[in-house]
Amino acid sequence: MPLALIAALPFLGALLPGLMARAGRNTAALVTGAVTALALLGLVLHAPAVIGGQVLHQHIAWVPQIGLNADFFLDGLGFLFALLILGIGLLIVIYARFYLDPSENTGEFFTYLLLFQGAMLGIVLTDNVLMLLVFWELTSLSSFLLIGFWKHLAEGRQGARMALTVTGMGGLSMIAGMLILGHIVGSYDISTILQHAEEIQASPLFLPAMILVLVGAFAKSAQFPFHFWLPHAMAAPTPVSAYLHSATMVKAGLFLMARLWPVFAGRPEWFYVVSTVGLVTMVMAAKIALFKDDLKALLAYSTVSHLGLITFLFGLGTKAGAIAGVFHIINHATFKAALFMTAGIVDHETHTRDAKRLGGLMTLMPITFTIATVAGLSMAGIPPFNGFLSKEMMLEAAAHTGWWGLDWIVPLGATVGALFSVAYALRYVAHVFLGPVRDDYPTQPHDPVPGMWISPAILATLVILIGLFPMTMAGWLVTAAASAVTGAEVHPHIVLWHGITPALWMSVIAIAGGALLLALHAPLNRLWEATPKPHAKAMFDAVIDWAARGARGLTQGLHNGAISRYLAIFSVVVLVAGVWAFFTGAYSPGTRPMTPLEPVPVIAWFALMAATVAVVRYHHNRLLALVLVGIIGLMVSIAFVYLSAPDLALTQISVEVVTVMLLLLALNFLPKDSPRESSAPRKTRDAVIAIASGLGLGGLIYALMTRDFAYPTISDWHMAHSKAEAGGENVVNVIIVDFRGYDTFGEITVLGIAALAIYALTDALLRGPANARLRGWVPDLKRAGDRHPLMLVVATRVMMPIAVLVGAFIYLRGHNEPGGGFVAGLVIAIALLMQYMASGFAWAHLRQRANYQNLIGFGVLLAAATGIGAFFNGRPFLTSDFGHFYLPWHLGEFELATAMGFDAGVFLTVVGAVMLALASLSLIARRAGETVNQTPMSTDPSKAKTPEEKANALDEAAAEPHDDASEEH
Amino acid sequence: MIATLPSLALSSLTLTASAATEAVSQAAGHATTQVATAAAGAPVDPVSHWIIAPVLLPAVLAPLMVLLMRFDLLLQRVFSLAGAVALAGLAAWLMADASTGHIVDYRLGNWPAPFGIILVLDRLSALMLTLTAGLSVPVLLYAIGSNWDTRGRHFHALFQFQLMGINGAFLTGDAFNLFVFFEVLLIASYGLMIHGGGAERMKAGVQYVVFNLAGSTLFLFALGTIYSVTGTLNMADLAEKVAHLPAGDAGLIRVGAMLLILVFAVKGALVPLQFWLPNTYSHAPGPVAALFAVMTKIGAYAILRVYTLIFPPTTPATGTMFADILLPAALVTLAIGMIGIMGAKQMARMVSFAAIGSMGTLFIAIAQFTPAGNAAALYYTVHSTLAAAALFLITDLTIARRGEFGGALRAAPKITQSGLIAALFFVAAIATAGMPPLSGFLGKLLVMQATWNAPLRWWIWGAILVTSLISIVGFARAGSSLYWKANAIAPGGRLSVPEERPLLPFVATGMLLAGLVALTVFAGPVTHWMQGTATQLLDRTAYITAVLGHR
Repeated sequence: MPLALIAALPFLGALLPGLMARAGRNTAALVTGAVTALALLGLVLHAPAVIGGQVLHQHIAWVPQIGLNADFFLDGLGFLFALLILGIGLLIVIYARFYLDPSENTGEFFTYLLLFQGAMLGIVLTDNVLMLLVFWELTSLSSFLLIGFWKHLAEGRQGARMALTVTGMGGLSMIAGMLILGHIVGSYDISTILQHAEEIQASPLFLPAMILVLVGAFAKSAQFPFHFWLPHAMAAPTPVSAYLHSATMVKAGLFLMARLWPVFAGRPEWFYVVSTVGLVTMVMAAKIALFKDDLKALLAYSTVSHLGLITFLFGLGTKAGAIAGVFHIINHATFKAALFMTAGIVDHETHTRDAKRLGGLMTLMPITFTIATVAGLSMAGIPPFNGFLSKEMMLEAAAHTGWWGLDWIVPLGATVGALFSVAYALRYVAHVFLGPVRDDYPTQPHDPVPGMWISPAILATLVILIGLFPMTMAGWLVTAAASAVTGAEVHPHIVLWHGITPALWMSVIAIAGGALLLALHAPLNRLWEATPKPHAKAMFDAVIDWAARGARGLTQGLHNGAISRYLAIFSVVVLVAGVWAFFTGAYSPGTRPMTPLEPVPVIAWFALMAATVAVVRYHHNRLLALVLVGIIGLMVSIAFVYLSAPDLALTQISVEVVTVMLLLLALNFLPKDSPRESSAPRKTRDAVIAIASGLGLGGLIYALMTRDFAYPTISDWHMAHSKAEAGGENVVNVIIVDFRGYDTFGEITVLGIAALAIYALTDALLRGPANARLRGWVPDLKRAGDRHPLMLVVATRVMMPIAVLVGAFIYLRGHNEPGGGFVAGLVIAIALLMQYMASGFAWAHLRQRANYQNLIGFGVLLAAATGIGAFFNGRPFLTSDFGHFYLPWHLGEFELATAMGFDAGVFLTVVGAVMLALASLSLIARRAGETVNQTPMSTDPSKAKTPEEKANALDEAAAEPHDDASEEH
Repeated sequence: MIATLPSLALSSLTLTASAATEAVSQAAGHATTQVATAAAGAPVDPVSHWIIAPVLLPAVLAPLMVLLMRFDLLLQRVFSLAGAVALAGLAAWLMADASTGHIVDYRLGNWPAPFGIILVLDRLSALMLTLTAGLSVPVLLYAIGSNWDTRGRHFHALFQFQLMGINGAFLTGDAFNLFVFFEVLLIASYGLMIHGGGAERMKAGVQYVVFNLAGSTLFLFALGTIYSVTGTLNMADLAEKVAHLPAGDAGLIRVGAMLLILVFAVKGALVPLQFWLPNTYSHAPGPVAALFAVMTKIGAYAILRVYTLIFPPTTPATGTMFADILLPAALVTLAIGMIGIMGAKQMARMVSFAAIGSMGTLFIAIAQFTPAGNAAALYYTVHSTLAAAALFLITDLTIARRGEFGGALRAAPKITQSGLIAALFFVAAIATAGMPPLSGFLGKLLVMQATWNAPLRWWIWGAILVTSLISIVGFARAGSSLYWKANAIAPGGRLSVPEERPLLPFVATGMLLAGLVALTVFAGPVTHWMQGTATQLLDRTAYITAVLGHR
């Protein structure tokens, strides 16, 4: 079976249990087991080749540009780990099937389990460090799901998050480390990296790379100071603990150390970091394990301790150390998985895992007792079980290791660690199974169904067999794996009895001392509980809480929702960046002479300034502010006239009129009193920012206007081609409808969208809580007696045809003289607005048929259609054409340009947009109780009505709203 | 009614903006001249008309909806969706065409560059078009499936106008026209953002539009400055002219360039100009926020375009100015965004900060100004758009089911389809946090490898990795509160929302996640394509020649 397929099988199969769970947990377990067994079969088929020393490779390109490829290779080390992952995985599946309650979502559980299994397989089979990182973080993620499987438990959720945080952090650190390694070597292939050990060790980046990689490995393998997550991961269902903390997850770190052993080993940095951390972890965790009453916590700390032991061995950098390390990986996996499963059985059958509440189970649960004893004694390192063999090898290695010139410190540490190990292992057996039978178990314990004990039983058998026949049972595997680790052929010789050596004496001391410790457990435990200890979970929680609070403070503090502050920051940033950009570049002052100061601009300038300052001063009086804004607009229009820009002046003044009118109508519905003012310091701050920004902009404009263009501008070309090629004498209009008609197309769309948005907004408003407020609206200003005064009505009526004529004129002359569709649209809109203001919305609206939304839609479409018309001529969008026609009755030559169609679209959109805005405002007004008038003016001399008639007429009108929106309701 | 005022002000500002258009035109000359010259250029190849189709299609569809279909939601839905699908097909076809490497220009009104407006289709613009169209289809499906489009008027018309604006911005080769389309997409996005109404949303909408109008004003300042120095606003023309400016103009063109980058930084939510984003995105309707995932990318696109074409580091006047300010700001953006994930109290707000953080990573890559950096930036652009959009949709799925609990990151009774939504969240969060195996991780690898030679390498790597951890912790906490803690609440706890199980929203979300998976699986070919695009971007001569002809 191809290696990639073996690694992919669990992923491919992961969906199956999730789906098959509907068919029951047996089916879910069966498909999971089948997938695992299939992958195991594929692996075992490769066994002869791998044991024979071959290395299998498979290459699949993924992202070759960054050296990330789905490459796989299988050597002794990978084989050993894959075997553990799949073999123990299979046993776990059986165990979990019987462990989990039928009410639980078994499908979900097995899906996560397979995902995790796939990730682990990927780590050990991949030949690419980047790919390894992918699988590495996948184990973090899938273990997060597994540990948090019991979502209703707070410990489960917190344990899952803690595991994800710590191992995820390690993974991220490893990303940096691996990238550095890859850059040194120039390849991300593990096989290649392993061959460039000298290059890496010679690199100045060796130490950072090693540390970064080791942080990842230590975090995963729960080495000090990252050990604290592992015990909290025990909140997971026991099958998860048994799988993750015996054979898989925590072994990933060890695997990585073994994998990269040839790269790092031999350097003193490696020895001092790895061995020291391993030794410290081993002793510290073993001591804590002794005082844990929760069986799973005891086993968790024992796992940390044993991982420390193996780390220590790999850190030695010697072949003997590597062999011992590899061998202990096998042994630990077998006895620890069995122990976790027995702890699960005890928990399952007695409903407690508290050692203080247990004891005497030997006769009640004989099968479990036997298994636990075999595995426990192996963990204690008692002959003839397999744990003894590897522990002896460890002690032997420790006995010959000096540390910073001190020969005794490592042997002492190893012995103490082993001593505690004996004590807690024996305690697990003694305090749970031995002693008198109690009568206060939560439930009556008995051995579980065979399905539950078969898995640990198989493992316990292996513990014995490997212990008795190490070379037959495991020798070949250790040889293959250790050869792969060290990159050289090794020939370990493991035997039960190897004479009286220092290691034997250390072992004897450990066993005797451990037994003694156990005997003294009660007083020691009291002492332990009396001593203050740093509590890792509390510290971790404190750090996370601190970080979360800090993050919240920073985030909320920065984004406090005050737009004034946002704009202040915006202005300061723009000003500072602009000033910096200017003063870091060369600047030669412009050469244009200053124009003489004339009275008109000076007066206009002062008026403009005065109006601007007055707006700031009187802004809380909204009506006055609007008038002042109108003055500013007027001044700007005058400036355009003065500077010979009639088109601009026309546009500007029409825009001013329309906006002031619409804003006047809108202001009616705003509160008339000013909101809370800023404090004086803040006002000062804002004033400083505003003045500085204004000065900055003024300076910029001065610099720009006193100089000539660096190159001839494109406007010369526009002027040259306007009449001849676009058929218009007014360059500005030609630019708007032709040269840059596309811009105009965009802008009228903007106008149309704005009107539609206003309409939608009003509609939403009237459907929301604002509706109630409007209905209860009490006019807060005194109203004039006649809403629709006679004089205004008459004046606007008279003006209407004139305005239309002016609009048509402006539209038609646009191409050659100042004017055009935009201005014409505004002029017509103003004329219409006046009608509406004079006689009320409903009255006026009844007298015109066009729907404003249609007007907008039609306008944009017309503009687009004119542009598209050019397609039929084989020309690009908006290409114009024009021709000269002779009108009858001696009216003379007349020019027609397609651009006029476009301009008509502009015209319609402008009218529609302005009127739709007005219609939206009128909707609000009507909701606020504005009555609908039937007659053009408030007092119509031709129709004198009795008061009753008036009231009826108003009621009828109110019942039948005639506005645009009503047709859609 | 209070909220109407800003829209009125907005429309008046729009009118003013139109006046500004005219002002620029006016700058081109107010005299009436009569000069006879040769006839306009030869007819263009009809095939190239398709370049304008991504703008025209929605621009025609939207008014048609207003005109003919505004009383029939079904018709609107059908045409809107059909339009989006057609747009996607069109964009893909244009992208295939652009992949051959040639740059096609399109002269609007048949006026030659730099005097008229031109559209330019190169690999980058084709990519952005495809991304936008590809995003719009699932987003639209979601809006339809979740009935968001029924909660106000003109949703589909505004949606199409929004697409028109975005597409126009990606296609244009003219700086002033870019401004126009920024306006189109801004006003349409405002309409979409306040769709459905509500006090909070209106308030956020006002802030959004005010802040962005400040940005638009700045855009005009920037364009005015650049035009006053160079006398042109055609991008290719600018590229030629800026490179050879007299030394004494350096200071002023630097100001113009700086203001321009600040404008784009506002759009791209680069700290310290990101303030508008969290409130806007978190209060916008879910599908609208998802569509907005591509809006920040317009800022990134514009910076990339302007930076590579007009102001490359070889420009004497500006030198490495862009990179000098972009990189530190990007690092801070990354930090602020990812810290925000942990600091947010609301789900939508958390996702908004994730969107800011992803912009940080993106700008780090752009600031490198190397082919590898640009390629990484492009890959990350696609990834972060899809990931953020997916997260916004998942947020909406969640909030819609949590009733009065809304998006608050605290325990609530179990929601309908909790497991499925939690799974979707898990996948999208992995992608956003940049965890393996999804494209977020690959994107980060690309960025980190592209910054290997950067002077600030360790700062960049440190920021990327540490913020990844912060986002992992943040997402894990949020996911646990939202989906897991519900299991700890007594089964009696019920939510006051009807148990609806619409299919379409899940299809839409699934499409986006499938896009992420495809981006992951085909990362090799995709990266290859992006590298080709990055190389094309750095070949300024090709672009200039395509637009201005051989000189």
